[in-house]
Amino acid sequence: MATIDQNTIKHVAQLANIPITPSETESLTHDFIKTLEVVNQLQKISVQDVTTTHQVTNLKNVLRDDEINHAKMLTQEQALANAKNTHQGYFVVPRILTK
Amino acid sequence: MSDLNKLTLTQALEKLDRKQISLTDIYTDVNQAIDQNNKKLNVYLNLQDHPEKIAQSQHSHQLKGLPIAVKDNFSAIGLPTTASSNILKDYYPPFESTVTKKIKQAGGVVIGKTNLDAWAHGSSTETSDFGRTLNPRNPDYLPGGSSGGSAAAIAGDLAIAAIGSETAGSIRQPAAWCGTVGLKPSYGRVSRYGVIAMASSTDSPGPITKTVEDAALLFTIMAGHDPNDATTSANTVPNLTQELNQSIKGLKIGLLYLDVPGLETIKPIYQEQIKVLQSLGAVVEPVQALDPHYAIGVYTVVQRSEVSSNLARLDGIRYGQDRSFFGAEAKRRIMLGTFTLSKGYADQYYNLAQKVRTLFIQDFEKLFSQYDVLIAPTSPGFAKKIGSSQGAAMFGELEDMLLEPSSIAGLPGISVPCYKDNQTNLYLGLNIMAPMFREDLMVRVADAFEKNTPWNSWRNNS
Amino acid sequence: MTTYTPVIGLEIHAELKTASKMFCGCANDPFSAKSPNIYTCPVCLGLPGALPVPNKKAIDWTIKLGLALDCKINYFSKFDRKNYFYADLAKGYQISQYDIPFCYEGKISTSQGEIRITRIHLEEDTGKLLHDTVAGTPVSLIDFNRSGVPLVEIVCEPDIKGGAQAQEYGKKLRCLMRYLNIADCKMAQGGMRLAANISLAPVGTKGLPNYKVEVKNINSFKFLEQAIDYEIDRQTELLDQGQTPVQETRGWDANKQQTFSQRTKEAAEDYRYFPDPDIPPIEFTKQQISAIKKSLPELPEQVIARWQDKYQLSQSTAEQLSASQEQVAWIDQILTLAHQQQLSPLDIINDLINKKIKVKVDDDAQAVVTQFKTLHQTVAVDQDQLDQAVTLVISQNPDAVAKYKAGKTQVLGFLMGQIMAQLKTKVDPQQIKIALTTALK
Repeated sequence: MATIDQNTIKHVAQLANIPITPSETESLTHDFIKTLEVVNQLQKISVQDVTTTHQVTNLKNVLRDDEINHAKMLTQEQALANAKNTHQGYFVVPRILTK
Repeated sequence: MSDLNKLTLTQALEKLDRKQISLTDIYTDVNQAIDQNNKKLNVYLNLQDHPEKIAQSQHSHQLKGLPIAVKDNFSAIGLPTTASSNILKDYYPPFESTVTKKIKQAGGVVIGKTNLDAWAHGSSTETSDFGRTLNPRNPDYLPGGSSGGSAAAIAGDLAIAAIGSETAGSIRQPAAWCGTVGLKPSYGRVSRYGVIAMASSTDSPGPITKTVEDAALLFTIMAGHDPNDATTSANTVPNLTQELNQSIKGLKIGLLYLDVPGLETIKPIYQEQIKVLQSLGAVVEPVQALDPHYAIGVYTVVQRSEVSSNLARLDGIRYGQDRSFFGAEAKRRIMLGTFTLSKGYADQYYNLAQKVRTLFIQDFEKLFSQYDVLIAPTSPGFAKKIGSSQGAAMFGELEDMLLEPSSIAGLPGISVPCYKDNQTNLYLGLNIMAPMFREDLMVRVADAFEKNTPWNSWRNNS
Repeated sequence: MTTYTPVIGLEIHAELKTASKMFCGCANDPFSAKSPNIYTCPVCLGLPGALPVPNKKAIDWTIKLGLALDCKINYFSKFDRKNYFYADLAKGYQISQYDIPFCYEGKISTSQGEIRITRIHLEEDTGKLLHDTVAGTPVSLIDFNRSGVPLVEIVCEPDIKGGAQAQEYGKKLRCLMRYLNIADCKMAQGGMRLAANISLAPVGTKGLPNYKVEVKNINSFKFLEQAIDYEIDRQTELLDQGQTPVQETRGWDANKQQTFSQRTKEAAEDYRYFPDPDIPPIEFTKQQISAIKKSLPELPEQVIARWQDKYQLSQSTAEQLSASQEQVAWIDQILTLAHQQQLSPLDIINDLINKKIKVKVDDDAQAVVTQFKTLHQTVAVDQDQLDQAVTLVISQNPDAVAKYKAGKTQVLGFLMGQIMAQLKTKVDPQQIKIALTTALK
């Protein structure tokens, strides 16, 4: 069973790209523990020889033909319309240093 | 004073057909009701300007230009789509969801976007970033959620019909709490294209309406295969209006969950109400099902895992505000979901939950081999008082416990009012579940129940 | 002193040249786009509520590539979400394949031995980042025209032994993908990207080294070879000093001709892979796979072997002429016609390579053969005419004649050329040679 402490929360917040304050770290730790208490009930039921269900549809091979869908494409104006920061057709963010 | 806003969808269509009323008259009353009540109830976040003008050109289509309330997690052109979150406060989608496209093509007018729990994370509509919605039946109480705004739009007669979405209870529970009908279709029946994703593997858009026949009509318009959504079924969409006024004689009905701890006060109410079904010739038997408490664990993990990934696109670069604007509940869920998928934990949380999910699917298969439909209380009790969800981390999951099993299995269900407390004016709902793609069976039973009981406030002016 | 064996594996990404993107119907043409963000839609722009639908052709082409590389095919496969945050990743996750790639366990041969292909999978490309300064502020600009373009990722086992072999491996894959008509692999455009994992194992030890260094963002074969060779030297030096090279990602600085550290790979990213709930799994039938296998053309390796065997073409000539299926078909036609018309196939090919035969784009095979015949056509010349020409040339070129008599026989070619110019017709060179050498005695 997972031990949850503030370090867990800080690590998860980083993975999830969510900024949290120190007081949020504390309350989230508490919330996690409470939620996992409920979730850990799952350990009580036997899942021997049971496979995972990721989709309930039983669908397979839902594919599309290699065609351009002009009706669905957005103009540059539409693509940029909701952005706070644009420049000459681009989305703008503060300089990213390395990849 | 005319109260044309109190008409059901079917009634309004009939009266328009017979030219007994005009669209202008309907919109006058609906707009007036909104003017009078929306501020207090906080049903609509954004309203369409002059919807009656749009309606005029729609009168020859199936829905004849009637006003439909749409939950604000459906992308629709012309109004913001906010998911009740500060992040998307000023987001105007450049595309239309398939559902609203179909509604508009059928002549429906989107009169406004209704409030929800932010990102559909909740069962109260109290965790909206734009204030809670009140239950029109009794404004000291919550309307349920996450489609609380749509359910309240119906209960308060601020629209003729409404659209909501359910991940695990979010159509049926608010419908029950508000004393309305809520129909959750089979997963894959209605396209999710354009609906802001919550749990991708269970999200099901569906109608919230005044009567079962209204829901049947809207379902038939909304449902169908969509090439934009790879999880939609090619299964033929049944014309559910053919299931109205049909006999349920000989149907075998399994009764679930009445013995779940916590339901003691409402158990006798349900035992009384099922007698109606028996009097109509159905065979009703209590039957054991897999303990719904396990569904809470499954839903909690699967929903949060999927949503943590679905909301990763909200980075404020292409639209919206940055991630610091997420509300507390959203932060909780995204982080928990990130955790349950993370290295070292995915097996004991995410994969385990998906295995227990299989157990529920198998359990329902076994039950449906014995019964045509299954029924159960929609909720463990009546609507809760405003403020109840605050500080309660698992509020929604517990309130939706009886709905989570069918939701995680992708099964369809419809909730109809089955009792009213005359003191509080609050309702209980009866959840009728059917096998995958057998919405016809559940609508048949729901319609029979509605027409043979006094609980529908539009049929019986109660 | 210890000697080390390089342990090198390559990861190659190639953009498939489908008409539309991997999970949406946007035009797949990022490099030619005249403006940024003109080939987007709700899906590849990552708008809320948008959903992916896979491109069938991209999947078929991935299988095709796998079969051409002798891979096994996973009959049941799926797409998974690879979750991480980056400004050019619109959805905050990349749709890729995790544990069940379409193709696995293949191989390709090189002059220095066989390279095992570990896996080939299909995924989507990200948007493109550019760095700029706007109103005095350093910024990054993002263009999503490339977001969602189909990308195959080819991973090989660490069987590569050095920079030269890596280059050969990469070039062979590029040739193959171009030959199959599934990718242009234009490296300068980013149509093909290379990354290498490099480590060194002391000679004689078993098992893999306990570290590996990844060198990324290499956009030419020359740089690949240089980077690998540099790394081998750098790591050798560290190991000789008893240090283990840091497990990290490095880039290649072409100006300084060095690799440089980009970030430590120690805290490896946690991508939280899970099957994409929006995309039903893929299941192939045996018939589908064998149909794709049947549709495979004769592969370059097979063509080269055939030409070497039947026509004694050299390896490099055969490679040069087997760049595309169209070219192979054309050359085969020429060779067949040559054979039928009793001409030397090898001679025709050599004239083609050396551009003695001038070819236009649409020249049919017969036109080429005809040109060859005309080029080498010889006319029987009157002996007197020939003798006259020989005499004239000898008298006009006393220096050359003197050189010939002094033993510089190479000058004969020059004199023969002069005689041919005099005669103005194509004469059998042998005839000229006999007449000339006789006269010079």
